[in-house]
Amino acid sequence: MLNFTIRRLLMAIPTLLFIGLIIFLLLELAPGDPMAQVPLTVPPEVKEKMREALGLGEPTHIRFWKWLVQFFVVEPMYFLDNHFGTALAEGKQRVISWQTRSPVMDIVAQRIPQTLWVVGMSYVIGVLIALPIGIISAYRQYSWFDQVGTFISMIGFSVPTFFTGVLLIVIFSVMLGWFPSIYDTTLVVNSWSTFVMQVKQMVMPVFVLALYNAAQISRFMRASMLDNLNQDYVRTARAKGLSENVVVLVHVLRNSMIPVITVIALGVPQVFGGAIITEQVFKVNGLGQLLITAIYANDIPMVQTLTFIFAVLIVLFNLVADILYGILDPRIRYD
Amino acid sequence: MKLKLTLIGAVAAFAMAPMAHAERGSDGHVNIIYWQAPSIMNPYLSGGTKELEAASLVIEPLARYNQDGAMVAWLAESVPTVENGGVSADLTTVTWKLKSGLLWSDGSPVTSGDVKFSWEYCTAEGGGCAQSEKYNDVVSVDTPDALTAVVTFGVSKPFPYGPFVGAQAPIIQAAQFANCMGAKAPECTAENFAPIGTGPFTVTEFRPNDVISLKANPNYRDASKPAFATATLKGGGSATASGRAVLETGEFDYAWNLQLAPDVLANMAAAGKGQVVSAFGTLVERIMVNLTDPNPALGDERATAKHPHPFLTDINVRKALSMAIDRELLVEIGYGTAGRATCNVLPAPAIYASTANDACLVQDIAGANAALDAAGWAKGGDGIRAKDGVRLSMLYQTSTNAVRQDFQALIKQWWSEIGVETELRNIDASVFFGSDPGSPDTFQKLFADVEMYANNFDGTDPESYMANWECKQAPSPANQWQGNNMPRYCSADYDALVAEMATTGDLNDRARLAKAMNDMLMQDYVIIPLVDRGRVSAHSNTLGGVVLNTWDSELWNAADWHRM
Repeated sequence: MLNFTIRRLLMAIPTLLFIGLIIFLLLELAPGDPMAQVPLTVPPEVKEKMREALGLGEPTHIRFWKWLVQFFVVEPMYFLDNHFGTALAEGKQRVISWQTRSPVMDIVAQRIPQTLWVVGMSYVIGVLIALPIGIISAYRQYSWFDQVGTFISMIGFSVPTFFTGVLLIVIFSVMLGWFPSIYDTTLVVNSWSTFVMQVKQMVMPVFVLALYNAAQISRFMRASMLDNLNQDYVRTARAKGLSENVVVLVHVLRNSMIPVITVIALGVPQVFGGAIITEQVFKVNGLGQLLITAIYANDIPMVQTLTFIFAVLIVLFNLVADILYGILDPRIRYD
Repeated sequence: MKLKLTLIGAVAAFAMAPMAHAERGSDGHVNIIYWQAPSIMNPYLSGGTKELEAASLVIEPLARYNQDGAMVAWLAESVPTVENGGVSADLTTVTWKLKSGLLWSDGSPVTSGDVKFSWEYCTAEGGGCAQSEKYNDVVSVDTPDALTAVVTFGVSKPFPYGPFVGAQAPIIQAAQFANCMGAKAPECTAENFAPIGTGPFTVTEFRPNDVISLKANPNYRDASKPAFATATLKGGGSATASGRAVLETGEFDYAWNLQLAPDVLANMAAAGKGQVVSAFGTLVERIMVNLTDPNPALGDERATAKHPHPFLTDINVRKALSMAIDRELLVEIGYGTAGRATCNVLPAPAIYASTANDACLVQDIAGANAALDAAGWAKGGDGIRAKDGVRLSMLYQTSTNAVRQDFQALIKQWWSEIGVETELRNIDASVFFGSDPGSPDTFQKLFADVEMYANNFDGTDPESYMANWECKQAPSPANQWQGNNMPRYCSADYDALVAEMATTGDLNDRARLAKAMNDMLMQDYVIIPLVDRGRVSAHSNTLGGVVLNTWDSELWNAADWHRM
């Protein structure tokens, strides 16, 4: 297993470099101009100077090389400096955002907490709701519970978050005034009252996203359980006189989890990717909002870095899913 | 009698009450929302409105424009003019006197050295200063004493108020930015995020593209201001959401730039938590008519002066296009109270606004048809007019934007009623307004017959704006498609007026010239103005002192804001 992991990690390096290059070239070829948002009253010569100050005058391959060095060498050095007080990165250029003229990674670090709180929490809650619903729905197929569960997950699936989000805001913020419609990212939780405020401002975005996640995962869980419930080994288990709990929760569940784990593991990078629409609706200003504003502003270093980080996470969690198979199913061995 | 006195006393006490309360920081916290989040607090490194306005809470210019477009002294004692001796008779030097006793928020004194430094910072090589045009022609800034700065121009400047005036050209602290000159400018993250200023607030935390936390400047020049101890400027979301947060839920006190459909805004305002305010500046939504031939078959000479347009060079066609448009309806559909129909490309300030073209306010399809008939453009079997084998068929492009696409559809309909066929096209704003010389879709290249967008000018002086339509400003391959003369208009008379304005100092003469230029463009129908677009913002009913200003930052008088 260890060999397999190391082999996969080594193979990930050329893959990621290739992904980095593809992202860079796509951004390079895409039309757009980082100065397009500058008002028309700023004359073109000035815009040209501003573009040069951003380093846009240099050829493509040199800019890609610079980005690689900044991302893989300077940024880790900076990280070490911050944690161990060394001075490796002294005077070296970090990846700088064109919009803010500040290091991209600092902004990313600033955005991670709210994204993890809101999007991460909604994922955890979504999974915790989805698994029992999926299990019960499959075990009692076509019961009223299954029907209601199917109905709710269809709603979660089909109604877009920009609709549910705004609907919740209109009901709970505008009409009832229970929850704030705008997320306060500066809130520091240090007392009971601030904790209550944090919960209040998280309720609506977490609900919207949890509904969506739960809908998806519960359908997978249900389908996977149904596949297994009619298998011979289940009949054997029952024939051996095992209790219904053991049959369902140990034998069937463990086997049904294999495809579901893939779905859950591959969904985790999306958590870090933020939820672009929900973050916009509730003004959470996490990684998703960061990415979309960077795309609008043609802030190429920011877009490049963020999409690359997402690519790394996707590759990593693919590996995690593969390893989890081995743990869940002793028949699967990679060595 | 006694009762009356007591009543008067009581009334007086009530009237005095706000005065008694007017003490720095006595009104707690103010929440401001900008649906476009500011990325940086240094207007010299970003030309964006959101950054200019956020920064205006912290750093200030020597003089700025008030809500009427009049210049008011801000950090300077008075606005220098030729009359008060501040501007030399030959219009080449301007002497600014700082108010005495001004302090930076860190407690150090503001000196003329900081004024000089601000110029040096913006004009340093490799800095990519977004506002360097403000400092055009400045050859030196001298500091004879700590409070006097003398700006010397290389040429005579009839309007010498570019440097250090308005939110675009504020004074920054020399001590703080000394190591951030030129190419080093972007590396000064801490400085760019939290400049030391003279304004009513100082930055406590800056989160780029998210939220800015501010507190009252302890060294602000008026000891009783600002009334708010702390402020939050939240960014992000959409115009709808920020309007809702002020007008419907009351979570925020001020929402910036609510470009929303008129009925949406009216519904929000009906909740009664706040009010919508609007004001007009110089932003005009207009159609630019291409006088050159955009035919792709012409290759590199496409849309250049070498090839006149096959039919738009006929003034009757251009005039008919303008006559067929119902501007009042466009306003009603697209902008409501935030727009008004206009027949001028230079609609304000009042002294520059011409009234000679107001006939265009009334739609006249019959008149347009008659004009085309008289000019020999006859309707064919398909209802499209043609003459000598040239059909009146046009490509009409603009940026992607819901209101603009509505306008396109309406105008296409009106033009079809006068026998003009129109093909519509919309281009993503970042491409359309981007100035990538390799892209065929920029508004400068104008590879179409007509295009629509909005433009305005900074401050109140239209000289450089009107100079946009000089012959030499026409975009062409020779100048890498730069320049703002989209119609490729070229008139010796017009150029003469531009030259005359550049040497005229008297305000009334300048107004006469500006009007003449505007009328010339309008009566030649090379620009078809549609809507004078105002600025719409909203503030909560409990926030007092808001004066919406389209000539400067909207937050220009945040020091006077208070809780009601």
